[in-house]
Amino acid sequence: MSVIVDNLTKLYGSQKAIDSLSFTVSEGEIIGFLGPNGAGKTTTMKILSGYIPATSGQATLYDYPVETHPLEVKRLIGYLPEHNPLYLDMYVKEYLELVAKIHKLDHSKRRVSDVIEMTGLGIESHKQIKMLSKGYRQRVGLAQAIIHQPKVLILDEPTSGLDPNQLVEIRQLISTLGQDRIVIFSSHIMQEVQALCSRVVILNQGQLIADSPIDSLVSQMQGSQLITVDYQKPLESDQIKALDGVESVLKLTDSSYQVTSAPGVDVRADLFDLAVHHSNRLVGLTVQKQDMQDVFQALTSQPKEA
Amino acid sequence: MISILGKELKAFFSSLIGYLVIATFLIFIGLFMWIFTDTSILDNRYASLAQLFGIAPMIFVFLIPAITMRSFSEEKQRGTIEFLNTKPIKAWKILIGKYLGNLLLVVITLVPTLIYVWSVYQLGAPKGNIDIGEIIGSYAGLLFLAGLFTAIGLFTSSLSDNQIVAFLIAAIGCFLVYLGFDYLSRLPIFFGNTDLVVQKMGAEYHYASISKGKIELRDVVYFVTTTGFVLWGTWIAVTKHKW
Repeated sequence: MSVIVDNLTKLYGSQKAIDSLSFTVSEGEIIGFLGPNGAGKTTTMKILSGYIPATSGQATLYDYPVETHPLEVKRLIGYLPEHNPLYLDMYVKEYLELVAKIHKLDHSKRRVSDVIEMTGLGIESHKQIKMLSKGYRQRVGLAQAIIHQPKVLILDEPTSGLDPNQLVEIRQLISTLGQDRIVIFSSHIMQEVQALCSRVVILNQGQLIADSPIDSLVSQMQGSQLITVDYQKPLESDQIKALDGVESVLKLTDSSYQVTSAPGVDVRADLFDLAVHHSNRLVGLTVQKQDMQDVFQALTSQPKEA
Repeated sequence: MISILGKELKAFFSSLIGYLVIATFLIFIGLFMWIFTDTSILDNRYASLAQLFGIAPMIFVFLIPAITMRSFSEEKQRGTIEFLNTKPIKAWKILIGKYLGNLLLVVITLVPTLIYVWSVYQLGAPKGNIDIGEIIGSYAGLLFLAGLFTAIGLFTSSLSDNQIVAFLIAAIGCFLVYLGFDYLSRLPIFFGNTDLVVQKMGAEYHYASISKGKIELRDVVYFVTTTGFVLWGTWIAVTKHKW
């Protein structure tokens, strides 16, 4: 495992920002940190980046504990803090050259022009940062985070406050950057997480409430499946109803039905067998996916158990 | 460290701050040295730079806090401190880089006053009749003083994310360190040698001593240790997080 978060707890005064958080990230994953405001996403990222110490527990990146090897960890990560702090008076190139110098990169000039190209900053690269639009500032923030080719990219709400076009562009950029490194990014936009991530970690009130691949999270949350099934030849709805685990059947046409399964039962195979049994053919079967939005709301609106 | 130093210095000269600092200093010094009749060299008829070295510390008391007030406060307020602290650079390197960057601006401010040295040298009768040793000593004293004030300014800047607060506390701090102990020692509450001890705790005593032209070890030790101590305090303030 490349990133290991073990039993991490952070107290602000007496308030628990994160509470015994544990998860791991392995090479090549794009992890989405999801949670309502104040769930502990930013705190976790600040600890991972070495900006603030944890109260207890440990975060380890590529065998370097953050607490004891901050410099090694900081070399490994690229971090885009929330609100993307930049030196507004600097010019884009000047700023990136400063970052390259701080990282003591060889060929810093070339790296600067590389990241300017990667992030699509070309035409804006001679401007002062304060002259840039929010989308372009975000690109500058991403450029400084990737200039040293970090193995782990930590992005704290990289798409907040962007307009829909910028949103799409930045998302594309993130998924490109995620091709050869670990990306941990936080968001409270579900569709974004669904589109970008292979796995999602959901936090609520400082606690981990879900850590699973997106697909399984959705089906796990689903309880009952809503399946639209099409057969080649007409079929009696009673025959479907007779199957184990079928809750209700809604006839759409003679040969197609909407089937609701009992919670936690997968009836798709049975629907197929039914067709075979009656020398019919199954021509279509669609499981209606529950949206991430629903999952998120279901998970985070549950009152915390005492 | 060098990269931070460069960043600081560039920030001064890519905005108006750097030029404004230099102009302010030179205007004040120029007025006191050549224009105001109470202090003007031309009216005093002594080929000496006593005015420059007498007034410069008082200008530094206000000017240096104005230079240093942004160093940490601004980074904190804009959040860029998070950027710096998550880069692979040690906190003390950021600190020393900023310290040297700020100090260098003060040094650059002092450079044009060399013209005054040349002018007074020319005005001496006979020409060149000035105490060069004293002048070199005074410049050294001024640099030590600037070093101490810069450290004080960085320290207060690291305490607050409000630049005005940083400025005011630094100005008070510089003033107290420079003249506070001297004034304190004159109060009639000390007996025996204790007033001298108190006086020696202030920077003015050591600055005056160096300005005489003989740079003594104890004065150098005073400035180096006090500056080091304040920088150490700054390092503590920067590395310890309030949360």
